[in-house]
Amino acid sequence: MLIIDKELCDICGTCVAVCPVDAITVNEFEVIIDNKKCINCLKCQQVCPIKAIGVVKP
Amino acid sequence: MSAGLPDQGYWGCKAMISEKYDLIVIGAGPGGSVTSRFAAENGASVLMLERDREPGIPVRCAEGVSHSGISPFIEIEDRWISAKIDIAILNSPDGNSATMYNNGAGYVLERRIFDAALCELACKKGVTLLTKANAIGLIKNNNKIEGVIFRYLGKTYKVRSKLVVGADGVESRVGRWAGINTTVKLEDIDTCAQFTLTDISVKKNACEFYFGVDIAPGGYIWIFPKSDHSANIGIGISGHLAKEKSPYEYLCEFVSKKYPQGKTIYTVFGSVTTSATLKEIVSDNLMLVGDAARQVNPITGGGIVHAMIAGKIAGTVAAEAIKNNDFRKHFLKKYQRQWDKKLGNIQKTMFNLKNRFLRMNDEKFNRIVAFCQKIPRNEFSLKVLFAEAVKGDPKLMLEVAKAFVVSKIK
Repeated sequence: MLIIDKELCDICGTCVAVCPVDAITVNEFEVIIDNKKCINCLKCQQVCPIKAIGVVKP
Repeated sequence: MSAGLPDQGYWGCKAMISEKYDLIVIGAGPGGSVTSRFAAENGASVLMLERDREPGIPVRCAEGVSHSGISPFIEIEDRWISAKIDIAILNSPDGNSATMYNNGAGYVLERRIFDAALCELACKKGVTLLTKANAIGLIKNNNKIEGVIFRYLGKTYKVRSKLVVGADGVESRVGRWAGINTTVKLEDIDTCAQFTLTDISVKKNACEFYFGVDIAPGGYIWIFPKSDHSANIGIGISGHLAKEKSPYEYLCEFVSKKYPQGKTIYTVFGSVTTSATLKEIVSDNLMLVGDAARQVNPITGGGIVHAMIAGKIAGTVAAEAIKNNDFRKHFLKKYQRQWDKKLGNIQKTMFNLKNRFLRMNDEKFNRIVAFCQKIPRNEFSLKVLFAEAVKGDPKLMLEVAKAFVVSKIK
């Protein structure tokens, strides 16, 4: 599953734009990945400008 | 008490807000505020929702615009201009540079003030703006869009409208909620980082660009002055080339070489799409505007003027839809047609050109800049530059030439 390092995340929403399954939401304070919807394509991880998205074993 | 609004909680502005509107616009950037303004000016009741505590922040933007692009939408005021630009300097990987003197006047903005000024113009026309209001979904009845659900100061609200405009930026979800595919391919998004550095020496009237596969693969580095001693220094690299190294790392390398003495007063991350406009920017009861519709120049990454032009069309069409009481996709397509005619078709050409740039190596960049250097000062323009870039591809040459004839892109 994917996790977001909140200390790195700038809440820019780049990950939302590339997500093919609408698994990512963003509000004023944080980005949230819905790991139930996530298909692990890792596009968000690649495109994140500060590499704030990591993969962990569930 | 208005329907949908609870008695308790921190509403505090029931007097300011109605239970329904003709139009709800999600996002108060340049796209949202211009859409709202033109809809209100033409008789619509409009609610504009902004997720953040004020429009324009956080600034995720290099802040460069052309005078000719913004002047139809706002009277130029010094209070939102950081620097006036009259030249562009292109730097090739081999250290050569070419200066463009006749690309028209431009500005580096103070987006925080500029965006608020655009919102003020909208509010003057009767638009209601609510900040700290985060849209979380659409009200749907048998799949028909009938308004917006949003969070505001810890509570959920539902406000009805005949029409919704999604101007919610690159991270847009409004289109997805309406069933429009807004997903961007990795090669069609540039992932970006930017520092605002101070205590550096910059040419206050020049925007500088640096190209090269080693410094900014698939994109470029920009230096846009904020004053004679500070600048927005940023980078965009193509998403599909960002696997190993982030734009932040590339930018750090550049800055530590070029401005080792600079001090950072702002750090921001983000992205910009470099695609054509979405195939669908309208559906029943819904339109998308600006970054949300992928209305961005895919070569430069510039989106402010695109969003404002789209906003004017969308706002005007929204008001017509309200007068005709017709919110079907078929009617709203008028916006899409007018957009294509005004900029959408040119954006497609710029997209093809971008794909060409993506395939270029350093040698080609060196050759283009060397070629540009030799052109007499008064003849060197973007058109000449693009013409050189597409040499050897007759189809694209013709397309680019046509785009310049149609749009008079300078």
